[in-house]
Amino acid sequence: MTPEASPAALSPAAAAPVFKRVYVWELPVRLYHWLNALCVLVLIVTGLLIAHPPAITSASEASFSYWFGVNRFIHFATAYVFVFNFAFRIYWGFVGNQFSDWRNFLPLRRAQFRQVRAVLRVDVLQTTNKPIDAVGHNALAYFTYFAMFLVFLFQVVSGFAMYASMSQAWFPQLFRWAVPLFGGDYGLRQWHYMAMWFFIVFTIVHVYLVFYHDYVEGHGVMSSMVGGWKFVHPGTLKGNGRSWFPLSPKPPRNDVKPPPR
Amino acid sequence: MNLLESPPQTGGPTIWEEMRARGVSRRDFIKFCTWMSAYLGLEASGVADVVKALEKKRRLPVVWLHFQECTCCSESFIRSSHPIVADILLDKVSLDYTETLQAAAGFQAEECLHRTMKERRGEYLLMVEGSVPMADEGIYCVIGGRTALDIVQEAADGAKAVVAWGNCACAGCVQAAKPNPTRATPIHKVITGKPIINVQGCPPIGEVMAGVVVHLLAFDRIPQLDALGRPKAFYSRRVHDTCYRRPYYDAGLFVESFDDENARRGFCLYKMGCRGPTTYNSCGVMRWNNGVSYPIQSGHGCIGCSEAGFWDNGPFYQRLASFPGFGIETTADQIGLAVGAATIAGAAAHAVLTNVRKQHEIGEHPGESASLAPPPAVAEPDDQAKE
Ligand code: HEM
Ligand code: SF4
Ligand code: SF4
Repeated sequence: MTPEASPAALSPAAAAPVFKRVYVWELPVRLYHWLNALCVLVLIVTGLLIAHPPAITSASEASFSYWFGVNRFIHFATAYVFVFNFAFRIYWGFVGNQFSDWRNFLPLRRAQFRQVRAVLRVDVLQTTNKPIDAVGHNALAYFTYFAMFLVFLFQVVSGFAMYASMSQAWFPQLFRWAVPLFGGDYGLRQWHYMAMWFFIVFTIVHVYLVFYHDYVEGHGVMSSMVGGWKFVHPGTLKGNGRSWFPLSPKPPRNDVKPPPR
Repeated sequence: MNLLESPPQTGGPTIWEEMRARGVSRRDFIKFCTWMSAYLGLEASGVADVVKALEKKRRLPVVWLHFQECTCCSESFIRSSHPIVADILLDKVSLDYTETLQAAAGFQAEECLHRTMKERRGEYLLMVEGSVPMADEGIYCVIGGRTALDIVQEAADGAKAVVAWGNCACAGCVQAAKPNPTRATPIHKVITGKPIINVQGCPPIGEVMAGVVVHLLAFDRIPQLDALGRPKAFYSRRVHDTCYRRPYYDAGLFVESFDDENARRGFCLYKMGCRGPTTYNSCGVMRWNNGVSYPIQSGHGCIGCSEAGFWDNGPFYQRLASFPGFGIETTADQIGLAVGAATIAGAAAHAVLTNVRKQHEIGEHPGESASLAPPPAVAEPDDQAKE
């Protein structure tokens, strides 16, 4: 199997491939990512415990224990963190750099669909090795994250709609309208539970793909969520790999000063 | 809040006068009013309002229709613990028409119904027990040669408000369970433009029904309703919120099977499929049969009888319902686990594929070895030149 001729980065030429360090994920995006990951993990674990509490055989009185109540409390408290963190990420889509720009997530340009097809060929079916011209996420990944945001939204709406009857606070009351849409709390609960499985499956695929990209491409995808940098061939930066949209007014840092060596 | 017009206060004895005529003592009357006010969640000062209203008001004309139903709502109502309750509706509120309890039959009964609808137009309350079949032009429920839909729409037209009794009238109950062969339809979907009160339950608690009637009698307005049209006074809390087994829930102490030690200790029935956490009703507070007990007190989980579609949320003894569209016993967990396992298998297969097809990309490339010193000359100047 010989790779296609063009990009130097992939050809096993005599010289080592030339990579340029690009600051892709700004600190707020990285903080969002890890806080979100933590919240989802906690919500899944506490949610599973709500759904399937372990059997305890005990002759003790109920007044000596409150662990199930505490577990639910953690679920609800984490839910608040999750929601506001999510809201923050949406805000950052409007003020952040071009890689976190909200427009990337929406199917707005034909070029995005072309890239989706390319990603399917290169990374899923692996019928070709032509590299994908993407610095942030690729188009398919952006769309997947958009779908994930919709499930976030669903989980927030269904969760707070259920929570509204357990809480006096005003915020959950904003979601009461969702109850009749599902015929009642039971329907909400059923779908809230189903959506948890989406998060589990998503996490499996997500983590696998991060390993995959790091392993195959060597752009440092995995560490990019820690330090913010990726290592890309300069050619990628000349194409439309930055973004399909006009650059945000804020100049990206890597254009301003060269990275320290 | 919807204001209803008061019936014209002319002629005839007031409700209190009629009660007195039937031998109800002043003391019993006041007790009744206090009791009803408490159920309605009124403040202590509200008792006086109820007393005054019943002293002044005259009977309310009522048309009570029965469609696709089992009459358990009527049963529940006439068995309501306080004798005045049955009296109030049967004699004082007066059922101008109800197939189950009226003496008249056939032509006479129809005549009676039409007289009320004509003479008391805009004044009478329409109370409906049962759902309305919509399939095959409504032939699955025909009374006196007319379909339920036809009858209810005509009766609702002149009514000042509609009370939908029980799960049938509010949500279709068992006859609307999948596949709903007669397309049994709740009242709020076939009537528009009238205030509708959904008094949920299969059946609703008799005292709740009485409370709604007293509210309508005494205040001439629709009680506050929740998003599903149920009076908040009785349906704003979940069975779970007022359940006496709740401390066991919070302590995570659950019955694991109906004959285990935990069941004997009275632990929470959550894992036995109790629907209390998603069911809005007053069972935990008012209880049934004159406050004797309620399902959970008798050791059986709530089945969610005051919620729409509760028959389809089965099996009742399983906490998570079967997932729609799959086999009867298939839960979200089984589907989730299957999808999860398939995903892991898919990822593993993909990883193998990657190692085969991308072998030229993976691992060390020429010029990348750490032992290669000095580093390739091309990289640095090239990079600099670009800046
Ligand atoms: C990633 C996000 C989330 C996941 C994976 C998740 C998962 C779960 C699971 C598995 C259950 C148990 C359902 C059952 O068996 O009946 C549950 C219950 C619940 N969740 Fe979430 N949840 C998430 C977000 C939220 C949010 C944002 C809220 C908002 C307040 C929320 C509120 C609730 C409530 C109120 C319950 C019912 C608890 C009870 O009645 O004891 N959840 N969740
Ligand atoms: S028995 Fe049912 S209603 Fe009572 S606390 Fe347990 S789950 Fe809630
Ligand atoms: S406990 Fe539940 S199922 Fe039983 S009567 Fe009350 S609401 Fe209906």
